[in-house]
Amino acid sequence: MIPSQRLDATFAALADPTRRAILARLASGEASVTELTEPFAMTQPAISKHLKVLERAGLISRGRDAQRRPRRLEARPLAEATGWLEGYRRFWERRFQRLDALLEELKTKEKQRGHTKR
Amino acid sequence: MDTQSDRALKVTTPTDREIALTRVFDAPRRLVFDALTKPEMVKQWLLGPPGWSMPVCEIDLKVGGAFRNVWRREAARRAEAGCAEGTDMGMGGVYREIVPPERIVHTELFDQDWTGGETLVTTILTEQGGKTTLTTTVLYPSREARDAVLKSRMEEGVAASYDRLAELLVSLK
Repeated sequence: MIPSQRLDATFAALADPTRRAILARLASGEASVTELTEPFAMTQPAISKHLKVLERAGLISRGRDAQRRPRRLEARPLAEATGWLEGYRRFWERRFQRLDALLEELKTKEKQRGHTKR
Repeated sequence: MDTQSDRALKVTTPTDREIALTRVFDAPRRLVFDALTKPEMVKQWLLGPPGWSMPVCEIDLKVGGAFRNVWRREAARRAEAGCAEGTDMGMGGVYREIVPPERIVHTELFDQDWTGGETLVTTILTEQGGKTTLTTTVLYPSREARDAVLKSRMEEGVAASYDRLAELLVSLK
């Protein structure tokens, strides 16, 4: 997938509360489909459907254990989804921090001018 | 009251051709307006990445007036990167609206034109209790152009995001 398509898939997958809860659970370690179904009032096929969406978005993958087929979190697409605006934000934040410093200087100068006038 | 997070820069994408920046500054807006429109002040903060200087900043602050900025990679950095040519990065545009100290609209185009045409930049300053909220919205000619601009900074963002991934997942719960 090209980056913007992958991002669309990531955001679409994240747009559902059950899928977000599944990701949050996987953040603390891999888990089988049975284990992932437990906390939810849902059938295993319903959970499997959500897992397929997450898998297609590249957000999770399957572990090696052939019996349990544990799912685990793939960090990269999530990092890209948040990194999408973060790099640009950081670039401008560096500039704006310098602007903060300049404005402090201007305020101080103004105050001093105010004193000498009076 | 004035915590770091209140002041934190927000970046949003209001439409698929725009990027909006919102940031609060602890100063009255006439000072912020000056810092945005007086060349000797702009040169102090509108810098490029580390290792770049800003030798040119010219502003003809009137409707129909032009501005021009040039950033230059310092010689030492040029040698490091193994290139002698093409180390200037220039851009300019024309003022469309100026309402001191609250509103500026101008066009903007980089010499290399990597946005496929000029962008339209709208800057709005509002003041409350001696603090100024600056909102800058950049309208790109296409979604592809906007996405390319965001992507050019993305690597840096991804690196930072790995650090914040656990945080994000907790907040998604």
